[in-house]
Amino acid sequence: MANATLPARITMPPEARRGEIVEIRVLARHPMERAIDAPGLRPVPRKIIHTLRVTQEGTEIFRMDLSTGIAANPYVAFTSRAIETGEFVFQWIEDGGVTYERRQVLTVT
Amino acid sequence: MTAHPSSRPVLLTRRHALAATAATALLPPAAAAQSSSPESFAAAQQAILAGRVPVSTGLSLDMPTLSENGNSVDLAIKVDSPMSADDHVARIHILAEKNPFPRVATFHIGPRAGRADVATRIRLSETQTIVVLAETSRGLVHRDSREVIVILGACVDGG
Repeated sequence: MANATLPARITMPPEARRGEIVEIRVLARHPMERAIDAPGLRPVPRKIIHTLRVTQEGTEIFRMDLSTGIAANPYVAFTSRAIETGEFVFQWIEDGGVTYERRQVLTVT
Repeated sequence: MTAHPSSRPVLLTRRHALAATAATALLPPAAAAQSSSPESFAAAQQAILAGRVPVSTGLSLDMPTLSENGNSVDLAIKVDSPMSADDHVARIHILAEKNPFPRVATFHIGPRAGRADVATRIRLSETQTIVVLAETSRGLVHRDSREVIVILGACVDGG
């Protein structure tokens, strides 16, 4: 399963003091196609991002289960305590198994 | 050889994994787009509560009471919690009473989050009540709800 790229904007501070709580905001570009079955509409198969997982050095720090009830271009904000310098790995998992990945470094001082 | 799951320091415990598997089973697979009988709002809430009685304190749900466009409604959730190793918010669920799929989202967090403070944007099919449930590591469930008036539902134009 190759890691594809997804147009996404990750907003988080580049560095933080140890123990500080940082706010992380993530906006991805994705239609979150939810297979509406209504008269006059051409049916499109469901294709959404169903999971957003964020890890640092293999430790999961945040996970979200998304549904068709999440708006297109899914936006998520959450917090994390700065423990150690390292890469945050953001993974979006799409219906069908494609995983998109982005990385961002947090330097802990 | 399979790696022992407990050797990895992740938030996902066996109980959560089982719950997640059960939840996934209720969702339609990608190919079969529309399930004929999606989980009802009441069933979803009961499944999360699992017999526990929620408290109406400690959780604040911030979202507009009137929304012009149901395709994107801002929602922010804060839970009062020390977020320590033995007393923290583990899961936050968003439920929409009248959406075709009432289980909108679940956030999995832990002491590492520092605060129980999340936000996202959701779709609302029509005017309805949004319920947020926050499960703590001690088995307590916080609940808050909000009636939201939706002018243009998310299902009308197919957007």
